Amino acid sequence: MDPSGLTIAGARRLLQSGELSSSDLITAVDAAIEKTDPQIDGYLSRDYESARAAAENADTSLPLGGIPIAIKDLINVQGEPCGCASKILEGYTAPYDATVITKLRAAGAIPFGRTNMDEFAMGSSTENSSVQITRNPHDPTRIPGGSSGGSAAVVAAGEALASLGTDTGGSIRQPAALCGCVGLKPSYGRVSRYGLVAFASSLDQIGPCTQTVEDAALVLQAIAGHDPQDSTSLDVPVPDYSAELEAGVKGMKLGVPKEYFVEGTDPQVAQRVDQAIEVYRSLGAEIVEVSLPHSKYAVADYYIIATAEASANLARFDGVRYGHRAAGAQDLSDHYRRTRGEGFGREVKRRIILGTYVLSSGYYDAYYLRAQKVRTLIRRDFQEAFEKVDGLLSPTSPVPAFKIGERMDDPLKMYLADIFTIAANLAGICAISVPCGVAQVEDKNLPVGLQVMAPSLEEGRLLRIARAYETAAGL
Amino acid sequence: MQSTTCMDTPHFDVRDVAHLVRLGLTEEEVSELQPQLDQVLTYIKQLDEVDVEGIEPTAHASPVYNVFRADVPRDQFTQEEATSNAPQSSNGLFLVPKVVEG
Repeated sequence: MDPSGLTIAGARRLLQSGELSSSDLITAVDAAIEKTDPQIDGYLSRDYESARAAAENADTSLPLGGIPIAIKDLINVQGEPCGCASKILEGYTAPYDATVITKLRAAGAIPFGRTNMDEFAMGSSTENSSVQITRNPHDPTRIPGGSSGGSAAVVAAGEALASLGTDTGGSIRQPAALCGCVGLKPSYGRVSRYGLVAFASSLDQIGPCTQTVEDAALVLQAIAGHDPQDSTSLDVPVPDYSAELEAGVKGMKLGVPKEYFVEGTDPQVAQRVDQAIEVYRSLGAEIVEVSLPHSKYAVADYYIIATAEASANLARFDGVRYGHRAAGAQDLSDHYRRTRGEGFGREVKRRIILGTYVLSSGYYDAYYLRAQKVRTLIRRDFQEAFEKVDGLLSPTSPVPAFKIGERMDDPLKMYLADIFTIAANLAGICAISVPCGVAQVEDKNLPVGLQVMAPSLEEGRLLRIARAYETAAGL
Repeated sequence: MQSTTCMDTPHFDVRDVAHLVRLGLTEEEVSELQPQLDQVLTYIKQLDEVDVEGIEPTAHASPVYNVFRADVPRDQFTQEEATSNAPQSSNGLFLVPKVVEG
């Protein structure tokens, strides 16, 4: 069988009716990877034998029983490599399961395959991987987005039913938009990060990349919830995300932030999103214009806060307890300099230096403290908007997938790829990207993503809004 | 405005900061990163426009403070597992270059 186009919900029906066994599903996904991945390079590694062994014992009565899920290379899966696409973690083997993996296994799912990413999740194109460049399945000369570019590309290319990614400033939603799949960033605190290699701890969230909103709800259901191992995970009940999925948007108020329809957005992207907004109107939602006046500062704010946190988090890579160690060090200080100099790639170095600078004595108040205050204003904008509307609609990315190499020499231009996604992380709210048609560029049909945003912990509402569009658009 | 609360501080030297954070850079990297980060710093200076008078800082996005849990031993890693990824170890310990002159 060919697993391409097979959703989790669809595979579950086949598994439960006995038309398909979990072992055959693993074998089919493995064959699809064998056939397609040489053109995509979305996977870094996979352990077929252990996945097959898990499939032999799969309990298909469980919510994700027997379903293989690809995992971004910075989430620990016991016994598998967890290299964060970095030279500094080359050869690292995860000694334990992240909580999301424990939860996926408890729901019957089988972690299968490690997906490529920007090194330590720093980037918007997956070109910052120290291992390989992943290609967009819709045009191999273009990037898949990032940093979860591998996770989005393998789902879009039919090499995985679903995957896990992480989103610090758009790293699930932007690649999902550019590859044409669904990408969900849960609210801050909704999903445990225990066992996730940290980039920016006040922003990072783990979430699914799937083919449908229905599948996103199924995966979120499995991974959400409080974890005593992660003090930032919220101790609040997890609702049934499938219960109200089909309830529609009739009578809902949906806001369109005027600041998100500005110069610089590709006209075809703006057109597709406008059409999606009209679909919502036709479904009975009231569309209102809202203002998020501090949105324009989100990218600048993010590059202070995220780099500051990254510079602290990445201090642990010192060549002592794990990872790469430079040869020939004269003393301990020299050992650190050489190990980190050899082990980290260019973008990671840029961010560590920027983050160290904004935290350094004499500059802390000017940069970091000010950025935290601007963050308060960005959060407040959303709080005020959500007093008036149930959800917000915008483009996910201002442009369709760009060419490989196009933005690599211009970090600032690369950073602006996340201009519409970053604010949700700063505010801690939940957001999702759903495919909303294509832009024609050089005879290629490049996917465009619609972003839906909802208040913190309102994933049920978020998924319901996204599902209404998905169903109406016949995706 | 006081110099400690706005971003009017032009001095930024990639080499100095890389030293603070123990990050070895080649000459080529220094000459690439310096202008790129100068450009990024110029961009982020736009935050100076924002009136933040009387605004509380946000450290993270959820209202959770001081989470406690019982301090009890649990089954975690064995010493062997904990050192299994070490580039150099001996007798269950991590080996590092000499730190103290003796």
